[in-house]
Order: sequence, then structure tokens, then C-alpha cells
Amino acid sequence: MNRRAYQAIMRLRFMLLMQYRIAALAGITTQFMFGFVKIMVLEAFYLSTTQPQPLTFQQAVGYVWLGQAMLRLLPWDGDGEIQALVRSGNVAYELCRPLDLYSHWYARAIALRVAPTLLRAVPVFLVTLFVLPPKYALSIPTAGGWAAWILSTLGAIALGCAITNLINISMFWTISGEGISRLIPAVVIILSGMGVPLPLFPDWSQRLLELLPFAGLVDTPARFFTGQLSPTMIWVFLARQLVWTAILIIWGRRLLARGLRRVVVQGG
Amino acid sequence: MRDGIRLYLRYVSMSLRSQLQYPASFLMLVVGNLAITGIEFLTIWALFSRFGSLGEWSLPEVALFYGMVHMAFAISEAAARGFDILHRQVRSGDFDRILLRPRSTALQVMGLEFQLLRVGRFAQGLVVLRWGLTSLKMSITFAELLLIVAAIIGGGLLFSGLFVLQATLSFWSVDSLEVVNLTTYGGVETAQAPISIYRGYFRSFFTWVIPLATINYFPLMAILDHADPLGIPHWLSWLSPLAGLVFFVLCLQVWNFGVRHYHSTGS
Repeated sequence: MNRRAYQAIMRLRFMLLMQYRIAALAGITTQFMFGFVKIMVLEAFYLSTTQPQPLTFQQAVGYVWLGQAMLRLLPWDGDGEIQALVRSGNVAYELCRPLDLYSHWYARAIALRVAPTLLRAVPVFLVTLFVLPPKYALSIPTAGGWAAWILSTLGAIALGCAITNLINISMFWTISGEGISRLIPAVVIILSGMGVPLPLFPDWSQRLLELLPFAGLVDTPARFFTGQLSPTMIWVFLARQLVWTAILIIWGRRLLARGLRRVVVQGG
Repeated sequence: MRDGIRLYLRYVSMSLRSQLQYPASFLMLVVGNLAITGIEFLTIWALFSRFGSLGEWSLPEVALFYGMVHMAFAISEAAARGFDILHRQVRSGDFDRILLRPRSTALQVMGLEFQLLRVGRFAQGLVVLRWGLTSLKMSITFAELLLIVAAIIGGGLLFSGLFVLQATLSFWSVDSLEVVNLTTYGGVETAQAPISIYRGYFRSFFTWVIPLATINYFPLMAILDHADPLGIPHWLSWLSPLAGLVFFVLCLQVWNFGVRHYHSTGS
């Protein structure tokens, strides 16, 4: 019975979020602009060197477009409504529901990330795959590449939602949501590969970047799609995403339980 | 005019006092702003450590581009914040109150808020600019230093002009249009690198339509003695700070046109 409830929550939020189509259109324009700026800068950098790079220019182009297409999947903020609930004390209502609070919020997080991504990713994919001149276009991967990309994207969603939930839960401590939440976007953008493709970071940092959870958000799917990683490696990378998801879920549940013990509900 | 400036300074001091009511929280906001904007330089550093140079430009040279555009943007984010949040006033109908007062509307809107926390972005731009200047080990004349300062102020005016345009659009759309972000936030991202590395149409747009190139590219081309691929002479660089001023004045004309066509939402 409970599973149906979570599915219903997810579906309702999803339908609501799909309403913001004009905002999505403006967002898509922005994403193309940023994508082109990034690609032109990278092109100038690639033209400055003759040494082979860990990522070919073509792969870097694909990496940038995938990042732009999946931008809204990134967990760089919490769920605004949940944050308002915690701030106002109305979170008490949430406790009255015969549902597990963590799973309820997780279901909302899935809708929060996936719905806007769908609205934006489809046009970005269509244009970058079929309209742009080959030099600046996204290359169609092999069948194995597609499969590995789909699996790692599912992993990225699971991971991103676990991080979103942690941000939600951190509201019990920060209340205003100003402190940490202002730093999170910067950290997520740099360490996920959204700023610069991670393989282009210095060699000594590669091991560290791979071990951190953030690489699983943008870097892993993008490297499978562009063929920088062989599809046979999917199990290693998927396992890494899922282990981090599990760790963050357990941590999030613990924090939520602690946060709820000290929650003070204001009357009125 | 002098009276207007006095009034604006009164607005600024009121705004500053209210923001400094909670010094600790204010300090945290500034540090946060510094860290977030500073992390962007990390990505540029990473690319240079991988590729060595960006065309004919070195990392310290690009640091000057980066520092100048961020300082310029920080100025406009702080000073033109009122225009950035104007759509709220339009939607709620509060803009009517501004129309009732016998003073310039642009001045009053600018006085709505002076967002001091932007000193974070300003400071990191200054640090990066300084680092670039010292690692270039070049002797810089007083006139060149003046050009840099003037170009940063001109850039502040240019970005402020864009915020004014965004606010003017909200008279018709009643909401803030994300499209303008393409030229503000997108403009900062674009102008972090020398504008000469971009492709023709894109580069022309940010040279002639929205003259981002005047914030850092033209001044630095002269100071660092790089030849422009389109053969624009160096003496023109010394006029570039004026472009920001002209752009800002033009935007104010558009604003006045918008104000005349304003219809209250009535709520």
C-alpha cells in the first residue's frame, strides 16, 4: 500500500513541475549559450596544444552538451517547499502522515529532479544530435554506450536525490538555508564535472575526484556516452554510484531522526 | 544633479546600515560569496595546467581578464540590485508608490537596495587581478592603471545597463525574464576569456551590440600589447571605458520609455 502512496506523490509532483514550460524554454536558451561558450573556450585550449589529451575535443564537446542537457538533475538546492515547511514549523503536518518521512521526501526529490530535466534535455539532445554541424555536435554512441549511459544516468538520479534529501534535512540545523546552501552549488558544479570535464583536471587529482560522490552525477554518464569509458566498465562505476547512494541515504536517515528529536513546533 | 547624488548616498547608507545589523551573518554571506565566485577561477586554472596556454594568452594574462570582469559585475550587482528585483515591485503594484514621488524613478529604484555582500565577488576579482599583475612582472604605468580602473567602472555601468533593460522588460512581462541572464551571467562567463578566441558572429555581438569587449579585452589588448585579429588599433582602447557610460545612458532612455508605458497591476 505504501509503495503506491510514494508513487502517487511522485506522479503528482511530476505533473505539477511539468507545467513550467515557458521557464524551461528560457532555460534551454541559456543552456545553449553556456554550452557554446564552454565549447568555444575548450576549442581554443585544444588548438593551443599538440599533446594527446585524456579526452578528445569531440568527446569534450559531447561531455559539455550532456552536462547542459542534464543540468537540472544536479542536486544544487533543496526542495523549496520542504525548506519552507521546516522554517515555518509546518513540518509537524508531515509527521502526521502515515508515511516514512525520508521516503516521502525522496519521492518528491525524484520528481523535482526528473521533471525539469525531461523538459530541457529532450530539445537539447535533439538539437545537439541532429542539427548542429558535426564538429560541435553530440556523437551518437554505440549500443553498449547507450546502455551504459542509461544505467549510469539512473545511478546519477538515485545519487542526486540522496544528496537533495541531505540538503533538505540540513535545514533542521541551518534554518535560514543561507549558509551551507550557498556553498553547495559551487562544490557540486566543480566536482561533478559541470564546470570543466573532470578528465581535464590535473592527473594527480583524478583518483580523488573519482572517489568523491559528485563524479557520479555528471562525469560518469558523460564518459560512457562519449565513449571515453568502455561500456564493460559500467559495473564498477554503477557500483560506486550505488554505494555512495546507500551511504548518503543511511546518513540522511540518521540525521533526519536526530533532527526530528530536537524539532520544536511553534504554535499558531 | 548634486541633490540627486546626495539623495542616492542617503539611500545607500540606509541600506548599508540595515544590512550590517547582523554583522556575523553578514560576514558569513560575504565569505560565502567570495568562495563561490572564487571557485570559478579554479576551473580556469585546471584548464591551463592541462593545456599550457589559451591561444596566445597565458594564465596570468587571463587572470587580468577574469579579475576585471568580476569586479565590474560585482559593482553592478551591488549598485543596480534594485533593477534586478524590480519585477517584484511591478507584480505587487508597489512601483506605483515610486511614481508618486517627485524624484527620478531610476534613482529611486537604484536606491531600493545596495547589496553589500557583493564585496565578496569584488574582493576575489581584485585578488586574481593583483596576482595576474604581479606574476606578469611587467611595469605598468600610471596611465595604464587608470585605464584599468576606468574600464572596470565602465563595465559596472554596462552591466547595470543590462539590469535596467531587464527591469524595463518586466513592465510588459510582469515577471523577471531569464533571457537577460544570457547577457549578464552569460556575459561574465564569456568575458572571462579574451573575446578574440570566440567565433565571428558571437564575437561581433559582444563587441558591437553589447560591448562586453570594452570591459577588459580592448584595454588589456593595449596594455599587454597583443594585436587584435581584426586589426582594431590600440589608441581606440583608451576610449573603451566610455562605451559602458554610453550604453548605460541609452538603457536609461529605454527605461524612461518603459515607465511611460507602465500599467499598474492594480493589486
